[in-house]
Amino acid sequence: MDSVFSFCFALLIAPLFPAVIQKVKAWFGGRQGPPLLINYYTLFKLVQKGSVYSTSTSFIFKIGPMISAAAALLLLLFFPFAGAEPLFSFQGDVIVLFYLIGLGRFFTILAALDTASPFEGMGTAREAFFSSLTEPTIFTILFLFFKVSGSLSFAGFFSGPTPVALVGEFGAVILLAAVALYTVMLTENSRVPVDDPATHLELTMIHEVMILDHSGPDLAMIEAGAWSKLLFYCSFIASIIWFPRFDNFLLNTILFYVVVTLIYVSIGVVESITARYRMNLVPKFILNSFALMFFVIILTIEFAQ
Amino acid sequence: MDKMDKFLRVHNGERVNRSAIPHLSFHEFRNELLAFTVAGGQVVQFFAYRDNKDSSSLKLLAVLRNDKLYVTGCDAPDSFASLTAVTEKFHLFEREIGEQYGLKAEGHPWWKMVRYHRNCTGKADVFGNDYSEDIPGKYPYFEVEGEGVHEVAVGPVHAGIIEPGHFRFQCFGERVFHLEIQLGYQQRGVEYLLQTVPLKRLPIIGETVAGDTSIGHGLCMAQGIEALAGLEVDQGAKVVRTLALELERIANHIGDLGALSLDVAFSPPAAYFGRIRGDYLNLSQILGGNRFGRGLVRPGGVTQSMGEEQRQLIQEKITELTPEVEHVNDLIFSTPSVRTRFDHTGKVSQQDAERIGMVGYAGRACGLPYDARVAFPTECYADLPANSNGKIDGDVASRADVRREEVMHSTGLINTLLARSEEARTYTPQDIRLAPDSFVVTVNEAWRGEASHCILTDEQGNILRYKIKDPSFHNWTGLALALREQGISDFPLCNKSFNLSYCGFDL
Repeated sequence: MDSVFSFCFALLIAPLFPAVIQKVKAWFGGRQGPPLLINYYTLFKLVQKGSVYSTSTSFIFKIGPMISAAAALLLLLFFPFAGAEPLFSFQGDVIVLFYLIGLGRFFTILAALDTASPFEGMGTAREAFFSSLTEPTIFTILFLFFKVSGSLSFAGFFSGPTPVALVGEFGAVILLAAVALYTVMLTENSRVPVDDPATHLELTMIHEVMILDHSGPDLAMIEAGAWSKLLFYCSFIASIIWFPRFDNFLLNTILFYVVVTLIYVSIGVVESITARYRMNLVPKFILNSFALMFFVIILTIEFAQ
Repeated sequence: MDKMDKFLRVHNGERVNRSAIPHLSFHEFRNELLAFTVAGGQVVQFFAYRDNKDSSSLKLLAVLRNDKLYVTGCDAPDSFASLTAVTEKFHLFEREIGEQYGLKAEGHPWWKMVRYHRNCTGKADVFGNDYSEDIPGKYPYFEVEGEGVHEVAVGPVHAGIIEPGHFRFQCFGERVFHLEIQLGYQQRGVEYLLQTVPLKRLPIIGETVAGDTSIGHGLCMAQGIEALAGLEVDQGAKVVRTLALELERIANHIGDLGALSLDVAFSPPAAYFGRIRGDYLNLSQILGGNRFGRGLVRPGGVTQSMGEEQRQLIQEKITELTPEVEHVNDLIFSTPSVRTRFDHTGKVSQQDAERIGMVGYAGRACGLPYDARVAFPTECYADLPANSNGKIDGDVASRADVRREEVMHSTGLINTLLARSEEARTYTPQDIRLAPDSFVVTVNEAWRGEASHCILTDEQGNILRYKIKDPSFHNWTGLALALREQGISDFPLCNKSFNLSYCGFDL
């Protein structure tokens, strides 16, 4: 019951948090910002519209948004929000899920290339390059978590005798992993300083430019997928930072989402105090996280399992 | 060098008889122009015109500058040896002459229309275009070929509320080899219109040449008409005009600094400067009754005199805003991530800038000190101090820095002017007549740079030719050069650092 509830709750609340980022940015600029429910309105608006398809696109363009949204939703099914048992879990699900994200991206890229727009070609090249750079970081993080918890599933990471947690025995290296994961999160979710989700300038976009031609319900699916993915990453980091230990499920959930909110706020703060990097510096930024993880792995060769 | 018989020295906004302008043979004309520009002179105006309303004989006229203004002319041959083949300074001017009057510059390195419209002489089109076809018609773009080279076409319809313009990038991956900019999508025929409407409508059209340069172009026009009609402007009106021009400059620079910050995804200064820009626009309203400076400058004076109340309001608001502007500027220029984005992005060398005749803050950022307020002062500028900018690397950082300095410099000028006591006379529209057979050129430092209007009258005192040049006419080429060997993702930032006018170019 808890599992169903926590999945549904995550699904429902995912669109709320990106508005928190916008609120924080607005606060820094002395503006009021959009209402917190803006993304629900957007979703509602998009679903009511029809989709426009170019005659030069094929079926790939139509199935792209579905696959990427489905992949993002699958993440939520497997993730133990607030320590609740996820709906599904098996040994090795982390690897499957990260590659499912990759599958979703692959179809977004194909759909973008299908439009034959020069902008979207550029966007896909950037997205494919930058996300492939995050892969080594992600898998070294998973490797570390496996060494710590002895499990290869999200549920296993955060339960069992030696969970992945900042307060535990391996707190110091897990802190480094959390920093690396934060970098990956910014990259994978197209946030400043890698990408600028607020820009209207096609030539500087990475992710946004790939979905320029999608409209109506298709765009709604892409947006919903993006919000779920961001929630997944933030929850992942939140679970590492704060480990639920109460018997009360409701209390755990509330505290968990407070931490998640703080992570979203931190994204807003980062976006308000830094400019984005020049495109040729982005790979260095991403590979920094891998250097960090590489260092962590060396540190843990001796003493973890 | 003896220029006396080849060139006539003119003052900014001085009426001269057309007969006093030297009339050379084309051969001489070409040689003199080339000698002048190769020696470092720049082209202010270069255009063709009809000798009189009914005749079909065309003439060429050039206004050049070094530290003085010169004018010279000749009969226009139907086709002539291109000056651009020798120096790039004539590049767009020759194409414009070809487009407007059907004269062909032989050997021009990139012979292509400027704005895509029929010429006014009924001659066969020199570009081989069929204007019954819609834009884009048939005209070539630079092409780069080879493996991995791709072309990105942007516009003419853009996201947001940007004016139409087409940008064609030849790229190798993220690297830009070449950018070609094609404008003309909002060609309205302003010059032609100004030659046909009644005199009293001129100022209204003049201040709409470029919507963000109302005062700049309005002043150019007013000074031109004043010179031709022999009108005197009182000191008080001059103060108001100078104030209006400086307020326009500050508002635009501040808006652009905010936008530059937004383009690198650093949003707080954009929000602050967005608000502060609004405050300066409101000052324009206090001064002239319109936030964008419309309806203030008229030949013979200004429509609103500045009373003690307005003076107080402006003074108080400027005193309040200046520290805020300084703070936000500090926020932009002291943020390391912003600095790394600005530095070494979109560089134009001083040599290139000189060769294409860049003007305004974009030129000053490259180390060309030319400022029309200093070189050819009008209104109150002769008694006001000049600004000199420190950073001359020609990159986005320099262009941003010049603007920051100019905002503070202009604030100083406004404070000086507000301390003066002259009050403008009330403006009364007069029935004016322009002097016949005359020529006048006016040059003003609008916020983007040198704006210039040229008026020629026929023997009845009607306007024979009205020529407008917006600073953007020079600087668009600078933007194209800035993009060479840059990342294509830096284009929006470079574009914003120039922030050139589309409609001012398209006319």
